[in-house]
Amino acid sequence: MASNEEILAGLAEIVNEETGLAPESVEMDKSFTDDLDIDSISMMTIVVNAEEKFGVRIPDEEVKNLKTVGDAVNFISGAQS
Amino acid sequence: MSTPVIKQASLREHTRIHGLGIYRPSVVVTNEDVCQWIDSSDEWIRQRTGIVTRRRAPRDVSVVDMAEAAAREALADAGIEASQLGAVLVSTVTHPHATPSAAAQLTDRLGATPAPAYDISAACAGYCYGIAQADALVHAGSAEYVLVVGVEKLSDFIDNGDRTISFILGDGAGAVVIGPSDSAGIGPSVWGSDGSKHGAIRMSHSLLEIRDYSLAAAAGGEGTSAASAEAQAALWPTMRQDGQTVFRWAVWEMAKVAQQALDAAGITSADLVAFVPHQANIRIIDEMVKQLKLPEHVQVARDIVDAGNTSAASIPLAMHRLLKEQPALSGGLALQIGFGAGLVFGAQVIVLP
Repeated sequence: MASNEEILAGLAEIVNEETGLAPESVEMDKSFTDDLDIDSISMMTIVVNAEEKFGVRIPDEEVKNLKTVGDAVNFISGAQS
Repeated sequence: MSTPVIKQASLREHTRIHGLGIYRPSVVVTNEDVCQWIDSSDEWIRQRTGIVTRRRAPRDVSVVDMAEAAAREALADAGIEASQLGAVLVSTVTHPHATPSAAAQLTDRLGATPAPAYDISAACAGYCYGIAQADALVHAGSAEYVLVVGVEKLSDFIDNGDRTISFILGDGAGAVVIGPSDSAGIGPSVWGSDGSKHGAIRMSHSLLEIRDYSLAAAAGGEGTSAASAEAQAALWPTMRQDGQTVFRWAVWEMAKVAQQALDAAGITSADLVAFVPHQANIRIIDEMVKQLKLPEHVQVARDIVDAGNTSAASIPLAMHRLLKEQPALSGGLALQIGFGAGLVFGAQVIVLP
């Protein structure tokens, strides 16, 4: 099971791959849409890649609740435990 | 007395596409036009969907008119007379009559009567469903030549103010003639459905809602008021989708289906000359190409850029354009996959006509 720091680093890698954003710009309090300018389609690609990387299931109806990077890290962490 | 032995239709080993025809309607709708109806920009629409223009049919051009134009071109391309058709299948979700079918009317117009004729309601998978059925009919000896038409007039079922799907949709028609072949021309169909996601792409209202509203308005004596007429017009069924749900399903689930179609045909993606997916959204197409790890040499149809998403018509339209731009692809293997409202999906490897 990954720590929150490890999940954040993994997520930053996925975001970087999808959008080209620098991994260090992916911080816990950043909003996916407002701060990182990630659209709904890119968000879904990130979600599917995160599912694969962390071995969790993120249902479609949960995706809209993942407003910030921290929301995603906490959801993945909770789903892993 | 013993039961007499009956004859059964004799099987045919191989089938192929004999001819292809299309119809592209005359009205070009630009992103600037769309931005008069929704708060958006040309850049936003291009970035999210890949669409620069979509084509729409004028008011006086019907689904059957478009189907007829594409069908006549396909018959001429195949060198087949309408009278030789053993069945006529029309895939559409925008023929404005639940019954009688567009197919029966088309068959009459073409002079193919009394060929069996029916419509297929499989939305954006409709063309691949039609190929699956035509292939089976010819295989089984039920028909020698089968006409398959994918046709949509989606502009009759959109809400210009809707931001979920209406702005990507276009009109058009594509037709093929399927018939016997000396060698394998259509791989096994991988097709199916998942009705648990029936709400993911849907029409906003049912016709019964319009009826019930009209009856209630008439009973209340408000049937003629402007407000009442407006409320009734708002019940007209128009397309909606849950974009994220559809995107996830279309890319990751459909990539598996596409791979199964390759496996069923006994080939790998390296054997393909072209990939002709349903033209839903350029982002779906690009992500599928990535998931399937298609080699560089495989030509990917991207007709969506100026045709929009034409549902059942999109694959034959995209195939036609690819062959027009690159005639050398003719005779090569293409992977085609349709997927959409139902949810439903279908895929085959075919030899390009």
